[in-house]
This record gives sequence, structure tokens and C-alpha cells, in this order.
Amino acid sequence: MRELYKKLNKLFPLGELTEQRDDLAFITIEQEQLRSLILHLRDKENFTHLVLLTAVDWLEDNLFQLTYLVSNREKAIDIGLRVMISRDDAVMESIHDIWPTAATYQRELREMFGIDFPDSPGVNDDFILEGWNNIPPYRRDFDTLKFSDDTFSQRSGRETKDPAEHMKQQLYPDGA
Amino acid sequence: MKEELQKRIIKGPDGIEFEVEPMRDYYCEAAPTVMPAAYSKIVEDLFNWARSESIWILGFGTGCGAIEMRPLMTPRFDAYRYGVQWRPTPRQSNLFIISGYLSVKTLKRVIRSYEQMQNPKYVIGLGSCTINGGMYWDSYNTIKRLDQYLPVDLYIAGCMPRPEALLAGFVDLKKLIRSGKAEGANEYAENFDWYKANQKRVINDWDMPDYNW
Repeated sequence: MRELYKKLNKLFPLGELTEQRDDLAFITIEQEQLRSLILHLRDKENFTHLVLLTAVDWLEDNLFQLTYLVSNREKAIDIGLRVMISRDDAVMESIHDIWPTAATYQRELREMFGIDFPDSPGVNDDFILEGWNNIPPYRRDFDTLKFSDDTFSQRSGRETKDPAEHMKQQLYPDGA
Repeated sequence: MKEELQKRIIKGPDGIEFEVEPMRDYYCEAAPTVMPAAYSKIVEDLFNWARSESIWILGFGTGCGAIEMRPLMTPRFDAYRYGVQWRPTPRQSNLFIISGYLSVKTLKRVIRSYEQMQNPKYVIGLGSCTINGGMYWDSYNTIKRLDQYLPVDLYIAGCMPRPEALLAGFVDLKKLIRSGKAEGANEYAENFDWYKANQKRVINDWDMPDYNW
């Protein structure tokens, strides 16, 4: 993995390498580098499979992290490309022309995180939410408990117990 | 309103153009009505006995509970020996089992299916999620109380209940029907405005007719 990183680093300015396992590593890259690097990986290094495209909301840093996980099926190794984009103006270049499946991931990210991918097919269509009119639910500043309490009525009589305390009471009632 | 529900001109296969207004042509314009009981108690009791022995389940799985139906309808648990069968279409079934968590998106389809079912019809809420939200109590996308949106005759608690619990539930439902207490369809008709208001409060893009039959 380190050899591949060295090889790639000669061609592209790469960020830090995080080696998770022998067959899995993550590289942080700049937004502008993504297309050329992902095309290079696909065509020259045989990373032919887009495993997933997902996002992480770094609310405190005001950033979204996009992770493009690509896989080399022959060598059975995976590389995750991490791209940090601004949270305020969350727009990213679409890669649906490289892998058509990316369009579905991008549509999901558009709905759940509010990250826009211009020109991606059907990116503004409803994905799994219908008629959602709040902030995107996977953003961390969306308070799902409050939304749920406001929207759906609660049946009274629901109790919540701390599991550790409750089991202690059940198993050792005299406090031993 | 969806495009397929808009009034439009359609050209038939023989070249003749005609106007289609789906809301008027395909759907009923009247709210559901209460079905009165038979003229005498003994006749109504006979009807209820017959109804209790003729349960047809709509094959619609809303959540993880749908997986419990597979062993039920196959030889392992064999629900057919209780006179219970699954049907593929709402028009041929009279029992709707809401099997587990119900997302708002599915709720819309559930309402459409429920309203297309023939009277008298029954609803079973399967699992904790239909009772008080269960483990999805703080979810942004699942309802917490099924009885706000549909009249529920019977709940089966658990997460998930085993197929045996469902079999016991069928027996209980038969008892309810026989004693004349499973009047969900009439409740729905009586409180139709209340149910519709609740449904429309959570379904933001209401793009279907109010009466889906």
C-alpha cells in the first residue's frame, strides 16, 4: 500500500495516508484532484469497482468529508479517497460518468446531507424521503429526537431505564 | 397532484381521442360509510362467525416483521390450518398486518392499500414499533403510534414476536370478530376526518386522492 502511495504521490499532490489494514488505506486529497486521481486509479491501477460513496458531517470544523471507496478486485485491496468540502457551500463534482452507480449515492447524499452534485442524473429527485421540508436529516445539527417528538405523537406510559442500573436491581436486589 | 392524476386527453389504440379525469373516473368521490349490523343479533352473530373463519391476509410487509410471515405460510408453522391465508392484492384480503416499523413513505402506501380492502377489514399491529415506536422511538421517519392513522383491532407485542405469537394473535382476533368487537372499518368511517387529518399531518406530499377506493 505504501508503494502505491509513493507511486501516486509522484503524479498527484496527496494528503496524509491512513493505513487501516493491510488491504485498506485512506488518502486525503484536494477537491480538484479527485477526478484525475480516481480516473488514474481506475484505468492504470485496476481499481475498477466503486464500493461506496459516503459522507461524514464534521460540524465543529464546518466541513463535510466525502469518502470514495474504490476496490482492486484482483489484488483484493481497497483505497478510500477522502475529500473535505465546505459545509456552507456543499457542492461537489459529480463522478456519474466514471461509474454510473455513483449517481444513486449522489442522490442519497443530496437528500440526506444536502450536498449538491450538479449535472448528476436525477440528483434533485426524492430518494427515500418524500416531501421533506426540514434541514437534511443526516446533518448533525438536525435534532432527530425533537423532530420526532414534534411530528409523531407519543403514547403515554413509555419508561426508559438505564440498562446497567436496571440489571443490577434485577440480579442483586439487596445491593450486594 | 401527480401527473398521472391530472385531467388529460388520451388517444386510444383505435385513434379516437377521449378525455380522462382520473380523480372522477378511477376513484370514488364519497367518503366511506358505516356498515350497519344485520337486522337481528343472531344473524349478525352468524355473520361474525363466518367472518372470523374467513381471514385473508394482505401480503404486504412493511418492516422487519414481514420475515415472520414466511415460516408462517410454509410447513414449519403452517398458518393455513387456522383458516388463514395470504392474498396478493388488497381487493381480495380483509386483514392487514402492519409488520413492524412503519416509515412515513410506507404509511402512504399502507393507507392506499387499506382503503382498497373490502369491508369488513381488520388491522393487526405487529411488534413494539406499531405500539409506541419501539427502538425507532427517536427516528425522524417512522411513526410511533399506528392507531393514530389506522383503526387497529389487535396488537402483538414483541421485538420481533415469534410466529407462535402471531398464531395466538390470529386466535385472539377470531374471538374479537366473533364477539363483534372488531369494528375497525366502521370506526374508520365514523372518524374519517380525524384519521385523514392525522395522516396528512405526517405525509407532507399528499399527492393521492382522499378516497382511494
